[in-house]
Amino acid sequence: MTAAGIHHTILAVWRIEQPRLITSLARMLRDVPLAEDLTQEALLAALEHWPATGIPEKPGAWLMATAKRRALDHLRRGQMLARKHEMLASDMEQEQQAMPDWDTALDDDIGDELLRLVFTACHPLLSREARAALALRMICGLTTGEIARAFLLPEATIAQRIVRAKRTLSESGLGYETPRGEELSERLSSVLEVVYLIFNEGYTAARGEHWLRPQLCHEAVRMGRVLISIAPREPEAHGLLALMELNASRTAARTDAAGEPILLLEQNRALWDRLQIRRGMQALGRARELGGAGGFYALQAAIIACHAEASTADETDWSRISGLYAELAALARSPVIELNRAVAVGMAEGPAAALVIVDGLAHEPALKTYHLLGSVRGDLLQKLGRFEEARAAFEAAAELAGNRREQDLLKRRAAEAAAATST
Amino acid sequence: MRFMYIVTSSHPPGPPTPALMEAMGKLADREIKAGRMIDSGGLMPVAMGAQVRITDGQLRVVDGPFVETKEVIGGYAIFELRDKEEAVAAAVEFMQLHKDHMPGWEGTCEVRSFAMPAHEGGCQVDALAHA
Repeated sequence: MTAAGIHHTILAVWRIEQPRLITSLARMLRDVPLAEDLTQEALLAALEHWPATGIPEKPGAWLMATAKRRALDHLRRGQMLARKHEMLASDMEQEQQAMPDWDTALDDDIGDELLRLVFTACHPLLSREARAALALRMICGLTTGEIARAFLLPEATIAQRIVRAKRTLSESGLGYETPRGEELSERLSSVLEVVYLIFNEGYTAARGEHWLRPQLCHEAVRMGRVLISIAPREPEAHGLLALMELNASRTAARTDAAGEPILLLEQNRALWDRLQIRRGMQALGRARELGGAGGFYALQAAIIACHAEASTADETDWSRISGLYAELAALARSPVIELNRAVAVGMAEGPAAALVIVDGLAHEPALKTYHLLGSVRGDLLQKLGRFEEARAAFEAAAELAGNRREQDLLKRRAAEAAAATST
Repeated sequence: MRFMYIVTSSHPPGPPTPALMEAMGKLADREIKAGRMIDSGGLMPVAMGAQVRITDGQLRVVDGPFVETKEVIGGYAIFELRDKEEAVAAAVEFMQLHKDHMPGWEGTCEVRSFAMPAHEGGCQVDALAHA
């Protein structure tokens, strides 16, 4: 195997073990950020030794033993209070003696520790960007370089974000705590928000050349699946997972061979991923069983489910979708939701009814720079035969779009409207 | 990336030992909770299956068991993973359990990547994310 190949394989093995490593270390050290450092050190040790020795038969046990040794060293260097040190060190030495039975280690449920990890990484004290970077690092085991590439940012920026966030957590004594009861539900929204942010960053890349960055979607969906396993009674966790699975199910149909976006109604539904749709529907069903049908994420998932369930675009139940948007709008007042409701109303009742809603949004400050307002308005005007106004709307929207592919699409539509004007 | 794992064994070796069942159960539980394993299933013995074959332009239905079959598929799992290295690492871990808990068992875990519907743009994006 080439050096790069071995490196890649070691990273893959480490990623499988990373959740158990970090959660076990966090429990021992009562410090999540420190546990994260040591998990990284174990990876570095593996990268140093394994190319020569080969990958051990039980790589998890090797990594754990290495990380624990580092933890002991760390404690011995006296970076913790002497008493805590003694207590923990003796605990750990005992544990280490009992260590070789790796299968037993597979036994204990890491759910609680993982929950703590997720809540620590997504602490509301941290900025959303910092939470996203920490979550990808600590929960998904992505390297700083991978996170930087996914967010199209310099590696140094992400590294600094992570270091600062970890320092903030350690200094405020938040490095090891688990919210319970009511606080858990409150804090969960901060976690869900971050996971959804990561998903959306990948699903509709806000910047850059490409329409989707599947890596980020993939990580977010995975985190969503982790969340429902550690917080199985939280309906919104299921709702968010449903939303992400259902959206991700359309990935293959969303771009053409040249990477140009294909809008939902024009997509080849045969390319939608049935397995992922099934999983999304299951998660949505679970959210409803838990009484969460009216939740912010569950409602959005229900809207996407309407699309997933229609075998052709013509069979879409638009009046149900516009009803769901109305519910969503009542829950979270947002001009963007209102704009989406307008699209559904347009499909259910015709473009004239939708244009009334859209024109009502024209002076919303939040939509001043939102290219989709012009895009929707242009589409409605086009359908009403008001081609000149449609062209102007599409052109203005193209000016505002940040993604080159979307920009191109809007320019094409403006040209179509212009062509219709002249005929 | 999505992968299918197909486990085949040359001799019908009887059911997995309880220790293997337990170890596989734990592994599966961990993989489901980690969001990596998204589907799986074990298969009933070939005797209960059937094959529909075309040979020499003739179509025929053959009920199991199939005397000439050398490799028997015991089950499958579908995983969503970052890359092939991760897929192989997971298969190694899975097969190590067989080695530990069912001495004498011989078989193969085949790791196959799903063919993605052709959209080169997506591949480019993937390449970018991994570059």
